[in-house]
This record gives sequence, C-alpha cells and structure tokens, in this order.
Amino acid sequence: MGREIVIPFGPQHPVLPEPIHLDLVLEDEMVKEAIPSIGYIHRGLEKLVEKRDFKNYVYIAERICGICSFIHSVSYCQGIENIMEITIPDRAAYLRVIWSEYSRLHSHLLWLGLFADAMGFENLFMTAWRLREHMLNDMEETTGGRVIQGSCKVGGVRCDISNDKLASMSAGLTAIEPELSEMAGVFLEDETIDMRTRGVGVLSKDSAWDLGAVGPVARGSGIALDARMTGYGAYEHLDFSPVVISGGDCYARCRVRVEELFTSLDLIGQAITMMPDGDIEVPVRGNPSGEFFSRTEQPRGEVVHYIRGNGTKNLLRHRVRTPTTANIPGLVQMLAGCELANVPVIVLSIDPCIGCAER
Amino acid sequence: MSYLKKSPWILHYDASSCNGCDIEVLACLTPLYDVERFGIINTGNPKHADIFVITGGINEQSSVVVKNIYDQIPSPKVVVAVGICAATGGVFRECYNIKGGVNTTIPVDVYVPGCAARPESIIDGIVAALSILEEKRKAMKKGETPL
Repeated sequence: MGREIVIPFGPQHPVLPEPIHLDLVLEDEMVKEAIPSIGYIHRGLEKLVEKRDFKNYVYIAERICGICSFIHSVSYCQGIENIMEITIPDRAAYLRVIWSEYSRLHSHLLWLGLFADAMGFENLFMTAWRLREHMLNDMEETTGGRVIQGSCKVGGVRCDISNDKLASMSAGLTAIEPELSEMAGVFLEDETIDMRTRGVGVLSKDSAWDLGAVGPVARGSGIALDARMTGYGAYEHLDFSPVVISGGDCYARCRVRVEELFTSLDLIGQAITMMPDGDIEVPVRGNPSGEFFSRTEQPRGEVVHYIRGNGTKNLLRHRVRTPTTANIPGLVQMLAGCELANVPVIVLSIDPCIGCAER
Repeated sequence: MSYLKKSPWILHYDASSCNGCDIEVLACLTPLYDVERFGIINTGNPKHADIFVITGGINEQSSVVVKNIYDQIPSPKVVVAVGICAATGGVFRECYNIKGGVNTTIPVDVYVPGCAARPESIIDGIVAALSILEEKRKAMKKGETPL
C-alpha cells in the first residue's frame, strides 16, 4: 500500500489543446480517482440570445465550438425551423448533410492526429493533419471559411454548390480515399498503437449506458447510439448504419472514428449522387413562439439544443447539452485504476471538446 | 530573416476561445503551413517558450492562469493575441463572463485579426513577433528592461 498523492493535470498541459483541470489522486503510479473541474473557457454565450436577433444568433451558435461549428448551426436552425414550421428545400437539406459530413471528416482527422501525438507518434500526427487540409480546402472553396463556415441560416443555407463543383468534390474524395485507407491501416494494425491502446481505459457496455455516454464513446462500448439514425434533415433518404465496435477500450474508440471516416465519405457520395435541383432557402417571416429539442449527431456524439421563444425577435432560452459534457462521467470512470502514464491517451480517447462543454 | 540567431519556441494557451483559432494555430505547425521551417516548435513548458500565443478573450477563471503562464516565461518574451476574441472579446464581448481582450491581463505585442484567424495571418503575426523578440533581446543585452 503506497502513499496517496494528488497530482494536478492541466489547465495548461502539453497534451491538452484546451484547458481542463483534473485532480489525479494517485497511489504510487496508479490513479485511484480523477476529479475534474471546469470553467476555464466558460463565456456564457447562451445568455446572448436575449441580446441578439434569433436569425443573427446562428453565428453565435456556430461559435460554440470551432471544430463542430457547422453542426451546431444546423442544430440551432433545425430547432427554430421546427418551432416556426418551416420546411427547408430538399437541396438545402442535402447541402447541410454534405457540410456536416465534411465537418465530421475534418474533426475525426484532427482527433486522430492529436491522439497519435499523445502517444508520441509524431509522423502519424502530421499525416492525419495533412489529409485534413483536403477537407478544409473543399470547405473553404464552397463556403469561404476553413473552420467557421457561416453557411447555414434559418430557412436553408446561404450559398449553393454548383453541380460541377459537387462532381469535382466527389472525384477529389475518391482520389484521397487510398491515402486515408493507408493511414487507417496504421491506426488499426500498428503494433505500437495496439500496445498503447488495447485494454486501456475500458468502459463496459453497461457503464457506458448508465453514465449516459454518447457518440464514439458509446459506440466503442457496443451501444448503437447515433442521432443520424433518427433521420433528421436528409439523413432519412440516405443509406446509413452506425459503426459499432465492442471492447470499450481506447482502441475501440479509435476504431469507431477511423471507420466513421469511410461512412462519412460514403454519405457525401450518396448525397452528391442524389442531390435534387431547386432553391436553397425559403423566406422566414415572423418570430418563433414555442419550444423544441433539436438533436443532431456531432463528431463527438449527440448534441441537444433546447430553444424556447415567445414570439419576439429575441429567444427566451437557448440551452445546449454537448457530447463532451455527457462523456465526462465516463472519462472519470475510465481513469479510475489506470496508470499515470496512460492518462493523456485516455483523456484524449473521449475526444474532449471543452469549447463546446463550457460554452 | 537572416538576423534570427535562435529558434523561437511558442507556447499556446486557449483563454476562452471557441477552438476555431486554436486548431488554426495547430494547423500552422503541420505540413501544409509548417512553421518549423522558421525553427518554431510548440512547447508545453512555459520555461522553454519565447512566444506566448494566446487565443480567445479573458474570463474570470482564465485570467489567473494567463498571468501565471506569462510570468513563468523568461524574458525576452513576446505575446501574440490570435483572433478577434483575443483582441477585444469579439462576438463574445457582451457575454457576462468575458472581461475583454488579452490586454486586460497582460501586455500584447502583436494582434492577429480574423474569426477564425487564418493560418496565413497567424504566420504573419508570428513572423512580426520574431523581429520584436530580436529587438527585445538586443535591448536586454544593452541592460535595458524590455516590456
């Protein structure tokens, strides 16, 4: 029985791109307990709905997080559209799917890079981020923004993608797929990565369910939970099945994200093939009155936007339940009983997005 | 760039940013933009750092952390505020928890515009910071105290 000591981890730590603080209670090298504390990047942006017009607030909703940006704006717009009973044009719904899946691709590649970096595999980090630039280029060419797109608006989307451009995007993704497969092979088969991730930070299926895990954390523990299965937007017309891996360790969560890269490529391909012609937006008149829970699937899991309006141009309440918030209880359980040296890999394995979680 | 004798290392901290600028700062370090060609690498240790790259506005809880990190970086040091939030609080300046830009807590040498700041502008900002760093180093050699 060793002596008990407490090691502070964060808020500023080499492995953390964003600040979160964990108090790690150790007994020798073994983590007995991890106590998270947050609040380093809380801005309080939900309260801005009282000061901003509900249409302009889309830009604030998008800036909840710069990685999941587009999907936040989709969730918010979808909520307002449901309250106001607006049906967006089919083309807009398909364009939203395309940009959402591009966001997922860039976010997963970003995470794969950071995960490799946390294990000290710098070459793989650079490879993932090099491939990610392809996604960002397509985003920039179609919306004007690399990480904050601003292309979603209440009632549709702000800009169209020409059919020629869609064809060239499709060709570009087909061309980059072999490179993605090669990188995926390293993540899934490399012996070093296997040793660092297999059996590390296990979250059982029951625990994942009880602790309310979402997204790749839940799917890596064998739970088929994906908000895209609800068929929001144009997803109901697309052939989609979630990636579910049993195991519940860091390897399983990594595998979910690697395989989702190819699901996203497939969804973009389907959306481009089925893209209907027509308008990209409908006029929005009046103000929202009522409430709605809008659910969408972000790269990190299911996000819920609660919106309540009272018929004025300012909403009464906007509340976001982000996937990272839902995954932190799971993280605390994964850390209990692990070795100190594995903490960075386990923390990263839930893909923490503190920008979202604290808003 | 011929006057640059040392390889300046950067330390990046997110004061309360949305991540947009953070991932663009990281993108600068990866193959397409590659600031390592200037000898720049991202370190996690304030004692190793010369350039403090900071994103996002300052909030009640992060101001202490920012001040702490700044004090730990040895002189001469340069502060680069990346993005409009770091300059003024940006779109979040009316939020109840935001005090304002980085200059409310520590002195800033270079402001990089953009929401999110583009990697090209961040590189411009860091290159501007390099010459300020060199001036400060010369001033220190003469026995003056740089800011």
